[in-house]
Amino acid sequence: MERLRRTMMFVPASNAGMLRDAYIYGADSIMFDLEDSISLKEKDTARFLVYQAVKTIDYGNVETVVRINALDQGGKQDVHAMVRAGIDVIRLPKTETAQDILDVEAVILEAEKASGKEEGTTKMMAAIEGPVGVLNALSIASASKRLIGIALGAEDYVTSMKTKRYPERNSEEIFFARSMIVHAARAVGIAAIDTVFSDVEDMDTLRKEVEFIKQLGFDGKSVINPRQIPVVNSVFTPTEKEIHQAMAVMLAIEEAEAKGSGVIALNGKMIDKPIVERAERVLRLAEAQGMYRKGE
Amino acid sequence: MEKFTILKQAVAGTVESSDLQIIIDRNEGGGIDIDLNSSVINQYGRRIKEVIMNTLQHLGVEEAKLLVTDKGALDCTIIARTIAVVHRAAEKTEEINWEALEEWNV
Amino acid sequence: MAKNKLGRDIPENYQDAFGLFEGAFERRHTYKRASGQVTSVKPGESKLLGSIQEAIEKTGLKDGMTISFHHHFREGDRVLNMVMAEIAAMGIKNLTLASSSIANVHEPLIEYIENGVITNITSSGLRDKLGAYISKGRMENPVVIRSHGGRARAIEKDEIHIDVAFLGAPSADCYGNANGSHGKANCGSLGYAKVDAEFADQVVIITDNLVPYPNTPVSIPQNHVDYVVQVDTIGDPNGIAKGATRITTNPKELLIAEHASKVIAASPYYKEGFSFQSGTGGSTLAVARFLQESMRKDGIKAGFALGGLTGHLCNMLEEGLIEKIIDTQCFDRGAIESMKNNEHHYEISASFYANPANKGAAVNQLDVVVLSALEIDTQFNVNVMTGSDGIIRGASGGHSDASAGAKMSMVLTPLIRGRIPTIVEEVNTIITPGESIDVVVTEIGIAINPQREDLMEAFKDVNIPKFTMEELKEKAYAVVGKPDPIEYGDKVVALIEYRDGSLIDVVRNVKE
Repeated sequence: MERLRRTMMFVPASNAGMLRDAYIYGADSIMFDLEDSISLKEKDTARFLVYQAVKTIDYGNVETVVRINALDQGGKQDVHAMVRAGIDVIRLPKTETAQDILDVEAVILEAEKASGKEEGTTKMMAAIEGPVGVLNALSIASASKRLIGIALGAEDYVTSMKTKRYPERNSEEIFFARSMIVHAARAVGIAAIDTVFSDVEDMDTLRKEVEFIKQLGFDGKSVINPRQIPVVNSVFTPTEKEIHQAMAVMLAIEEAEAKGSGVIALNGKMIDKPIVERAERVLRLAEAQGMYRKGE
Repeated sequence: MEKFTILKQAVAGTVESSDLQIIIDRNEGGGIDIDLNSSVINQYGRRIKEVIMNTLQHLGVEEAKLLVTDKGALDCTIIARTIAVVHRAAEKTEEINWEALEEWNV
Repeated sequence: MAKNKLGRDIPENYQDAFGLFEGAFERRHTYKRASGQVTSVKPGESKLLGSIQEAIEKTGLKDGMTISFHHHFREGDRVLNMVMAEIAAMGIKNLTLASSSIANVHEPLIEYIENGVITNITSSGLRDKLGAYISKGRMENPVVIRSHGGRARAIEKDEIHIDVAFLGAPSADCYGNANGSHGKANCGSLGYAKVDAEFADQVVIITDNLVPYPNTPVSIPQNHVDYVVQVDTIGDPNGIAKGATRITTNPKELLIAEHASKVIAASPYYKEGFSFQSGTGGSTLAVARFLQESMRKDGIKAGFALGGLTGHLCNMLEEGLIEKIIDTQCFDRGAIESMKNNEHHYEISASFYANPANKGAAVNQLDVVVLSALEIDTQFNVNVMTGSDGIIRGASGGHSDASAGAKMSMVLTPLIRGRIPTIVEEVNTIITPGESIDVVVTEIGIAINPQREDLMEAFKDVNIPKFTMEELKEKAYAVVGKPDPIEYGDKVVALIEYRDGSLIDVVRNVKE
């Protein structure tokens, strides 16, 4: 089953201290950034730093992601380094077309072949940060089997759209972009990740925003500070009632299977596949928060 | 194996906590000379020098003078900073020979 | 050279004087309490003196005597330096300094040691500059490190005989009635000073706040005081106590605190009327915040909290989550104000708090204590004294006292600090023996002392990974590499006296 991606934490690749401690913060994914948070003259050192870190440090169950530079701005070297280091996912910035995905995929394949890694093991993620990318969301999401998710990068997007962020006005300026991305993700069956929330002191608006994107169907959110992680996780944590209901669904299925019955009913309602999937997802989220253990 | 020659002075790394900074320079006829300042010199000084020496040897560097300021960097950071500073000093930062690195950097 | 029960080498001459550590509760003490010399004061006679110099003269302080100070003013203290400057100027030499502890602001002591003014020290701790100086082997006689309870024991049994105690008091009257709760340089509890006042031959109260007779509340009573000196300032209020101690925002420390709180809540001690002592910073303070939430949710009130403590526990007292606080030391403004204003916040002496030799100390009544450590080894022995580089920089404090007395003692520590593993094969210096430590809490999981099968059972279902200390050590070493052992010389620079008077360890000089 697909892993949880409630939180994707940004870590600048140049910070040696953060690279080694990143796993403790409880994020589902860690995104090492080689792009916008690294100054031009330190791209080379940052690349070696995160290359060596990912090779050596045990990040446990946390998914490791690296945001590379554009291919012609060092991205090629980034891919070669990080494939060899064993990164889980390569994230492209500012993806506009399906071709962008294919171009990077070619470099990944080259790197996998050169390093003897099993072809296809390195996954990809696309960050959509402009109107062209938004409009091409479906073709981008469908461009490669390596894609595990698409994300919205709203800061660059609103600038291209000649507006700005209005978090106090429910961020309506990015509603269309969010919708396109979550639709594209669902159509193809990959994850949809929402954009960062930059005010690390304002946990209330953050919570409202996460509640909204959860309502839209997003899988998770990018975070820029470890303190945001518990807030995001708590929004994605099912309530006790939801957990009990999900457990009841799973129990009904077990009982029906034991009886050899073909149709499964709970409280007079038929349980079909979407209900089962929702129940499974609830239990997975609950398990991740330590609120549920299989077999209880 | 790819051999790196130190052509000019170069710096890599920072003096932030958990990092180390290496200033490398030519050392004609002098072999490898490491001057180490570390917040954990008694417990890990020997090991830090060992890791730097090994990395330099793998990179085929035969002559260099290093001034190292360590703030509790782990081995992986030490290796990364050493590789980075050698590439800068040898002016080989554009095209990186990953195969050569991977031969010894497991 | 002989080995004590924990395998530490103790040189024979010191072994004879102190005895070897054989176990936390091996000794039962029966003794007649020591007491101080008295000369009567008649009506009409004044205790007020014009200067510290006059006080030193009147006490008849001579070469070779023992003097004492308290450390309630922490880094804001002015008293010790002021008095020592006068003593040095008067040419007195060869003194034993028996301060309850020593702060960084007392760096001038190095000069007095060099000049032979001070030739012996006993203290709870030495801090950075003085610690480094001692670790280099510059002082001829080893420092005797004693815990808070151990110092009280030693004084009560006349093993430390204080000739003159110079006690800074934020508020005092002309007859010497003193307290720490009032005055501009107030510090709250005078718990350590109370012991000195009771047993020293001569007691000099030094104050910057002379108030009309009789000064109440009375922490140090007039009948124990010989002289009173008024000075401009006894301490810097900002150095004495911070405004409000901030709870850490460090995610690692918060995670450790959260784990610790879950452990406490799962323990058999977490019930109505339980008691605890928590630390004053980092994870050990943050636990209070998590514990508070649990207590509110579960409707559990604590019977008492034991201090040294900060304002956070005092807020819990205000809220009614804690019934009473008994307190030896106030660390911040919140605690100081609380002791002054809240009738359920009581001052206790260091002997009442932790003396293992008296008729029962407060630590004996404690359910849970939450402590920190510089290092802890696979046998659960704790070091709070020397860094991983072998240099003295910490203090024994109440660590060994509280952990011996409490029913469940917890040590909270990150697995690694920078590049230094905190879980090691053998600690550099043992302050607290492993038998006193029940649970170790790190950010990756907990380790339970195998001697506590009851706790292993109780924590079976707690959703935190469990490890052995050996496993934690291996994990730490796997990240940072195994450190090279410190090279020590042959000179013993500090004796670590366990609270019962035996020697639990010694510190030797570090080779430069």
